[in-house]
Amino acid sequence: MNESKITWIVGNSVPKYIVFEPYADVVCSFLGDLSQNLLKNKTAVQYPDIISFAYFCRKANIHKKKENFAEQKIRLGRGIIFHIAPSNVPVNFAFSYVFGLLAGNGNIVRVPSKEYPHIEIICSAVNQVLEDPKYAEIKVSTAFVRYGHEDEVTEYFSSISQGRIIWGGDSAIAYIRKFSLPPRGIDIAFSDRYSFAVIDSDAVLKADEKEMERVAYAFYNDTYLMDQNACSSPQLVVWTGNHYHEAQQRFWNAVSAVAEKKYTLQPVSAIDKFMKLCIEAIEKPSVMGVTRYGNVLYAADLRELPDDADKLRGTCGYFYQYLCKDIDAIFRMVNEKYQTLVYYGLSPIQLSEFVVNNQLRGIDRIVPVGQALDIDVIWDGYDLVRTLSRIVDVR
Amino acid sequence: MSVVEKLLTEEPFSLSHEEKIQLYETELGNLTKNSYANCSIYKKILDILAYDASAEHKIEEFPFLPVRLFKEYDLLNVPKETVVKTMTSSGTTGQRVSKIYLDRTTSTNQTKVLTKICSEFLGNKRRPMLIIDSKSVLKDRNMFSARGAGIIGFSMLGRGATYALDEDLHLDLDAVNAFLGKYAGEPITLFGFTSIIWEHFFKELERVDTKLPLDGAVVIHGGGWKKLIDQQVDNEIFKKSLASRCGDITVLNYYGMVEQTGSIFMECECGRLHASNYSDVIIRNPDDFSVCGVGETGIVQLVSLLPESYPGHSILTEDIGELIGEDDCPCGRHGKTFVIHGRIKNAEIRGCSDTYERK
Repeated sequence: MNESKITWIVGNSVPKYIVFEPYADVVCSFLGDLSQNLLKNKTAVQYPDIISFAYFCRKANIHKKKENFAEQKIRLGRGIIFHIAPSNVPVNFAFSYVFGLLAGNGNIVRVPSKEYPHIEIICSAVNQVLEDPKYAEIKVSTAFVRYGHEDEVTEYFSSISQGRIIWGGDSAIAYIRKFSLPPRGIDIAFSDRYSFAVIDSDAVLKADEKEMERVAYAFYNDTYLMDQNACSSPQLVVWTGNHYHEAQQRFWNAVSAVAEKKYTLQPVSAIDKFMKLCIEAIEKPSVMGVTRYGNVLYAADLRELPDDADKLRGTCGYFYQYLCKDIDAIFRMVNEKYQTLVYYGLSPIQLSEFVVNNQLRGIDRIVPVGQALDIDVIWDGYDLVRTLSRIVDVR
Repeated sequence: MSVVEKLLTEEPFSLSHEEKIQLYETELGNLTKNSYANCSIYKKILDILAYDASAEHKIEEFPFLPVRLFKEYDLLNVPKETVVKTMTSSGTTGQRVSKIYLDRTTSTNQTKVLTKICSEFLGNKRRPMLIIDSKSVLKDRNMFSARGAGIIGFSMLGRGATYALDEDLHLDLDAVNAFLGKYAGEPITLFGFTSIIWEHFFKELERVDTKLPLDGAVVIHGGGWKKLIDQQVDNEIFKKSLASRCGDITVLNYYGMVEQTGSIFMECECGRLHASNYSDVIIRNPDDFSVCGVGETGIVQLVSLLPESYPGHSILTEDIGELIGEDDCPCGRHGKTFVIHGRIKNAEIRGCSDTYERK
């Protein structure tokens, strides 16, 4: 392989084969140091997504995860994990790396080709912490790379990796799967997913002003933070309960008030939303009306839930809503595309029973409003640390 | 007598604010009702907006269609058999183009109104016309691209229309000199698209280091600044550069969309774009589409009285502009005056399904 096509951002060559047990002390300590390094960096803390990453890595949080992990079996990292990060989410590459590391692996991380400041900041922190001699083993088994359209490089990295994490859409996955892993290699592919919210109208009406504001901020974070374009951001709100109209007004007014304050709506997004509204008026008989809260928030009312509801997608604050008399009706539409169910005012146990009892094909996450984007070691239906490590079965 | 016909008997920039509001609230109501009754797509959109076409509305309350919609759908208020001309925007290969369907009335009105507006700046006498383009643009007469339509429309304003560029868009200096010789001493008009004039006329004059004796000529140009902004050329530089090669000339920019051909916005001697009696402009705040006041920057909505055969009387462009004033331009003409700051920027939307860039 022609290595001149690769820019090494962390490390300078193909990682050595060094593996650990999951949550190895040296790895936990390394992440704690990385967290501190980032939180002390005045430039880094200007980026909320870097702060959340640093918080994820801090000692106490990793320790808690280690305790939750509570593995009885002996496990070891699989080897080298090749991460292909999405190009339009600035910090996912870093989370992906941490998951590979926590499972005990060496890692090759292809960072986004876009020049996000996050990449430079995080990679330079990783480099600084890796200078500490006690992390020598992690250092020689870590590489962050950037390269262009070279299939040759993807092919080579795939051929030497025991696992591969592919972030992104279905077409990207299909493309990258053309490059084989070794026979025992595993792929974790994060495909196009669809997420929705179930909100109880009575709970919204019962909430006091402070609670309403909290919920509005939480929903804002679930959606607008990623232009409503993350797989786990709700596109559709299903309303249960008895007082929809008042509840909807109260909820959307509160959310749009937060969005007006915090979200930068680009003029082109205002036009795109209005254009989308026109197209839906023409082509989607299931959309019966749209309430506009300025241009920052559109709420489109659905007459019925179409079979392909997972195609109802908006960006930058374009939501669909449906009044649900019978919650069973919504579970009938759930296919394998469905990832996150965000809830407010409903019992998560009841919701999970629905998923299990109805043998649903989808819904991998049931989270309270505000946690839709909280990426973690369990994600998209996978236990990443277990999947990225192997069991040494001792009898 | 239709409203447009009635207006054609007056000066093109005569209406004051009050007169215009009165006229437009009635006329836009009629155009909206007409489109609502005859264009099923238009009706669907107004229905979803819960817009009551039969009620009275203020001028800023009339609905607008995004210009992009004309690229996605065939929008007509009339049966296709009555269409006499289909105009298209000039997109590059592979791009979708707007398709605008004109019946006899709308087509005729476009020509008459264009003539009326331009006569204000060129006088009523038809002046010799030098077109800074190639005749080959007009080859396909069935589909009128915006460029072709512009050339045909403007060439009718003058006489002895002569094309300054050959088939390959090279400046044909022999043809130009012959034209200038033939009409020596007469005030002439030059017409062309902004980027074509710059690339194929001005730059070529620079290259061969030639000056043309064009004192007294009026240069009318339009079609957008996109290509020139990339080269840091603005209206000021454009004017000065042309004058350096052509002498004492008047350079007038116009602004208009293929969706509203005819009722163009001309730049006056004070450098402002003017809405005429036939059109209006509303600047809208991107945050909520509320109406911007003088000096506030926003998305440009254009209103025209001409479109009858298609629902194009009120459109939301993708341009950013700013109102300068109304009925108060030092040039003395009535109507709103404004400036265009350029196209809106493309969005960079975050999200996670965009991973692997391919060749």
